[in-house]
Amino acid sequence: MHYSPAPLHIPDGFLSIYVAIIFWVVSLMLIVYALKRVNQDLGERQVPLMGVLAAAIFAGQMLNFAVAGGTSGHMLGATLATILLGPWAAILVMTCVVGVQALIFQDGGLLALGANIFNMAIIGVSVSYFAYRTVQKLAGGKPWGLYVGGFAAAWLSVVVAALATALELAISGTSPANIALPTMGAVHALIGIGEGLITVGALAFLAAVRPDLVKRDNTEVPAGRVVWLVGLVIALGLAVLSPLASSNPDGLEWVAEQQGFIGLAQSPLYEIIPDYAFPGVSSEAVATIVAGLLGTTLVFVVALGLAYSRRKRSSPAESS
Amino acid sequence: MHVHFLDPYKPRASLIHAFDPRVKLVLAVAFILAVALTPIGAWPVYVLLFAVILSVVMLSELGVGYVLKRSALALPFVLAAVPILFTANGVPLLTVPVGPWTLTITVEGVQRFVTILLKSWLSIQMAIVLAASTPFPQLLVAMRAVRMPRLIVAIVGLMWRYLFVMVDEVLRLLRARTARSGDPGLPGVRIGGSLAWRARVTGGMAGNLLVRSFDRGERIYAAMAARGYDGEVRAFPLPPIPMGQRLILGVGLAVLLLLVLLGYLV
Repeated sequence: MHYSPAPLHIPDGFLSIYVAIIFWVVSLMLIVYALKRVNQDLGERQVPLMGVLAAAIFAGQMLNFAVAGGTSGHMLGATLATILLGPWAAILVMTCVVGVQALIFQDGGLLALGANIFNMAIIGVSVSYFAYRTVQKLAGGKPWGLYVGGFAAAWLSVVVAALATALELAISGTSPANIALPTMGAVHALIGIGEGLITVGALAFLAAVRPDLVKRDNTEVPAGRVVWLVGLVIALGLAVLSPLASSNPDGLEWVAEQQGFIGLAQSPLYEIIPDYAFPGVSSEAVATIVAGLLGTTLVFVVALGLAYSRRKRSSPAESS
Repeated sequence: MHVHFLDPYKPRASLIHAFDPRVKLVLAVAFILAVALTPIGAWPVYVLLFAVILSVVMLSELGVGYVLKRSALALPFVLAAVPILFTANGVPLLTVPVGPWTLTITVEGVQRFVTILLKSWLSIQMAIVLAASTPFPQLLVAMRAVRMPRLIVAIVGLMWRYLFVMVDEVLRLLRARTARSGDPGLPGVRIGGSLAWRARVTGGMAGNLLVRSFDRGERIYAAMAARGYDGEVRAFPLPPIPMGQRLILGVGLAVLLLLVLLGYLV
């Protein structure tokens, strides 16, 4: 069985540099705040637990079940991490999961990692927390709050993360909003049901086997209200923005065009000498051919060097 | 069963493998950044960037085929960029009638689409070389060197240590389910109960995995505390980067900067 990529991990090249950097900055700020809270609120015994849970969530994404037509549902785990660890530690755990997926398995890009952490760790946890806490409050401590809250949190966090992904692609000018948003939303509304069912199954199992892990309210943490508010704002924001953006994509197109414009606006800065491409070369086609020749030479030299060093390496072995 | 196939590191005696992990991490990220900064349709620069990554792949002795095969991982995501072929404003290139609609492919659309594909393909190759030529503990050293928060590095380090253990657990859980309950891999065969039942069973397995990791976390904490762990994450001081590698780092960054500037000139 091989590791299969989830559809929410954006590879490099799909986000414009501005979007990638903005999300890196936002994610880093939130992670630093979460680190501060975890250092304050949790004891040192949490560090090994967070490492092992991150490994378990990574491995748990291999657990799948057959849906119809050869597709399968599997879990992302942000909701379970939130319910078991509380929001601050869950943000760190999910950040580590998403980071290792990008760094080691190329599941999601390195430059796009900021956006991927935002979608899966920050949205995943804060929206889960918002939905779960709200349902828990409504249930007033009755057992159904655990299951309904778990399902709602899992479904909502998956759908909102998908909408955020689509919106980021649209702002980057990679995918038109009126196509990406409804498609991603609809697909993940179905995927979210699978995530919700697995989460409920896991919670039912935990309530029977280790009730101390779920009955004690891990989600009642200091400054939890901040996460609740972030979750509310993100969920509401995307609920309002998504139909607006997809029915009226001109606004986003405008943003994308502006970004393209920024990219274009930079070029005159360097065009001090007009029509200057390569030294002595003016047309783009010729420049491409020159680049091709240069590149071929580079690769050829590398290949020659390699062959030479290999022969050198193997000849002493032969003589001895 | 041991899942070492998960570890992407491939030991070779290559030049790239011998690099300091800090130099490698910075150069790899700089390359991906340079690819991202190169404007749409600057084909000469993409050719040169491709020559650079191809040289790096060859120098790493990982095998061009291996890297190409792994780079297909990002392919499914290309679907997200397909609509741009039709929606970008510009000079029409080709009109395709699809049922009641006609779709027009524009030159600008093709340029943007091909650029996105190239960018993603060039970037993922560099990420593959980085992961396949650097053992994970060295990557942790590099992460510390670029001022990643200690707690994050500690969690990632522990996560890596137990990743293979947890994947083994998952494989055991899946094998047990295949033996006793229903194999999800057989098309057309009736597998267990209803959809909700199957999801419930999978959820139970996920819950079981979490319970086991809670227990394991407790044991690891006890073992660490027994050896003097007090919550502070300590690490060896980093060795200095050799002069020659500093030079390579500087030259590499300068070349990438030049390539990006070239992109705005042509």
